[in-house]
Amino acid sequence: MRETPMQRLLSFILGWGTALLLFFPIAWMVLTSFKSERDATSPNLFFTPSLDSYHEVFARADYLSFALNSVVISVGGTVVALLFAIPAAYAMAFHPTRRTRGTLLWMLSTKMLPPVGVLVPIYLLFRTAGLLDTRSGLVAIYALMNLPIVVWMLFTFYKEVPNEILEAGRMDGAKTAGEVWFLLLPLTLPGVASTGLLSLILCWNEAFWSLNLTSAGAAPLTAFIASFSSPEGLFFAKLSAASTMAVAPILVFGWFSQRQLVQGLTFGAVK
Amino acid sequence: MVRVQHSGVAAVVTGALFLFAGASAARADSTITIATVNNGDMVVMQKLSSEFEKQHPDIHLRWVVLEENVLRQRVTTDIATKAGQFDILTIGNYEVPIWAKQGWLAAMDNLPASYDVDDLLKPVRAGLTYDGKLYGLPFYGESAMTYYRTDLFQKAGIKMPEAPTYDQIRGFADKITDKANKIYGMCLRGKPGWGENMAYVTSLVNAEGGQWFNMQWKPMIDSPPWHKAISFYDDILKADGPPGATSNGFNENLALFSSGHCGMWIDATVAGGMLYDKKQSTVADKVGFAPMPTGAFPGAPTWLWSWNLAIPASSKQQDAARTFVTWATSKEYIQLVAKTNGWVSVPPGTRVSTYENADYQKAAPFAGFVRKAIEVANPNGQTQRPRPYQGAQFVAIPEFQGIGTQVGQTIAGTLTGQTTVDQALKAAQSATERTMHQAGYPKN
Repeated sequence: MRETPMQRLLSFILGWGTALLLFFPIAWMVLTSFKSERDATSPNLFFTPSLDSYHEVFARADYLSFALNSVVISVGGTVVALLFAIPAAYAMAFHPTRRTRGTLLWMLSTKMLPPVGVLVPIYLLFRTAGLLDTRSGLVAIYALMNLPIVVWMLFTFYKEVPNEILEAGRMDGAKTAGEVWFLLLPLTLPGVASTGLLSLILCWNEAFWSLNLTSAGAAPLTAFIASFSSPEGLFFAKLSAASTMAVAPILVFGWFSQRQLVQGLTFGAVK
Repeated sequence: MVRVQHSGVAAVVTGALFLFAGASAARADSTITIATVNNGDMVVMQKLSSEFEKQHPDIHLRWVVLEENVLRQRVTTDIATKAGQFDILTIGNYEVPIWAKQGWLAAMDNLPASYDVDDLLKPVRAGLTYDGKLYGLPFYGESAMTYYRTDLFQKAGIKMPEAPTYDQIRGFADKITDKANKIYGMCLRGKPGWGENMAYVTSLVNAEGGQWFNMQWKPMIDSPPWHKAISFYDDILKADGPPGATSNGFNENLALFSSGHCGMWIDATVAGGMLYDKKQSTVADKVGFAPMPTGAFPGAPTWLWSWNLAIPASSKQQDAARTFVTWATSKEYIQLVAKTNGWVSVPPGTRVSTYENADYQKAAPFAGFVRKAIEVANPNGQTQRPRPYQGAQFVAIPEFQGIGTQVGQTIAGTLTGQTTVDQALKAAQSATERTMHQAGYPKN
């Protein structure tokens, strides 16, 4: 079915409109980061751009150590979550029991509790285990936090794989590990990749646990941004500069991996 | 075989030596973690702390900078669970007595004579004292004052009196408002929050002879002084205030005033330095200042806030922490800031010696006003009728954060036209009664 010019125009406007609307806050933030503090709150589009805010932000905080923490914690959290989720999703997708459905729903229900509700117990556990302000502590919390979503996504991808393929593998003598490694993973790679990417982005942006469980040693970029908000005094330009620097790596990363992301998220949607 | 064993033993011994060396190095050196807010004076302190590390090579500093409310929550969790993540906290004079009472803070006794504790401004010092002991040392202090635009006053042919009253202020605001040119006669905090709109409102209510609680801890919100105060607040912001006043806190009003949109603004004295700074303000040469206006009850508690450095009782490095806190709040530190950044940048509101310094008086023309404002702030004094609590623009009880913010939202509702002043005060009264009842007041 060919689109009429009218339909094409409409989808053009809708597509670009949505994209611009979603991108506007980020564009505005980048713009503000080049303004002076005096101009930062005015909606003017014309101003003399300067790098002052960036200079100040670099002078005041060690960006690289925050960024390194972010990378280590996000990648670590995602890898750990995948290590647990791949076998779990495999078991649930190919060897379901009466309780599989209930287990899946229960896992999802853990996401319904606002994190602040368990702040004090978690804080006490971390204190006793000596995990406060450590990267391994945050890796553990992020892995647990993303586990339900990762399991769910992998489960839906695995469901698309016909059981017969795995059976054929078993006939040829593959053990469970071989089945997962040589058959399932290659078949669902786009799905696993997009799950990993999503988990990475969620970890990168997480701001509650990272602010509450770290102080100086393991603080990631979210803590770096938070340090530029101020109760007294103008700070919007500096805050924008800090935020721009904090989201830049993941934005660039997202840009390069968007093909995988979109492919994975729509994987199996049309068959 | 023997050789292998030998080298094995050698490795073990060397390893042990290394461990030992590591352990003794860790004992001699201490690393202290400082939790602080991001404001100008604290940023300067962070920069100058390299001097401290030079003087004390065995003490290393780690900084955690957070937004005020995030910091408060973060630090409270840590202290309440005795996790000991922080060795120095930046907290307000609202928290110091409350936390001291809980046993969360280490007392600041045995201060060296060179610290000259008697040089601290009296009202500020009193706010940090609990049971006769100091529990925090002030890093900077502030009261509030009235800022106005001298050019607009001149144009309207009016003059700011030396001690304005709220009635006069109302008249001035009407005269200089020029909404067509986006000039608003009066900017005030409207953003709900115990430290935002309620700081100003509490001070205004005190000035009109009102109070939060009577001696039996019964809330006194639905009372004539509150009606008078909130009607004034509501009227002046509706007639002469900027649009969307309920989203304006300190920073938003600072931005409005510095970009030339406010005729008058009543807020913290710390804004003085920012409004005078040509880099931040387009009206730097047109700012006038006057004391806070007075109402029906002159001499009421007005406004006193200080940011202080305190040491949590859970800190394992209290001695090193104390060394830093006394350094950062000392006379020498103030001299150091003056030398590196100029006198106008020294942290204000803590020491008599700062205000007596001729260089400071010259660099900061508003210094005298600030000192006077702090001295008459009267945070531990009485409202028109006796009150059982302390605090100028807040009530020094743990429940006030919740109550203040809730009442703040109700009062913001009058500005947006959701409720009338009458309805708002009735609602605030019953909500506060409920909270106080649940919290077990009156306590004996």
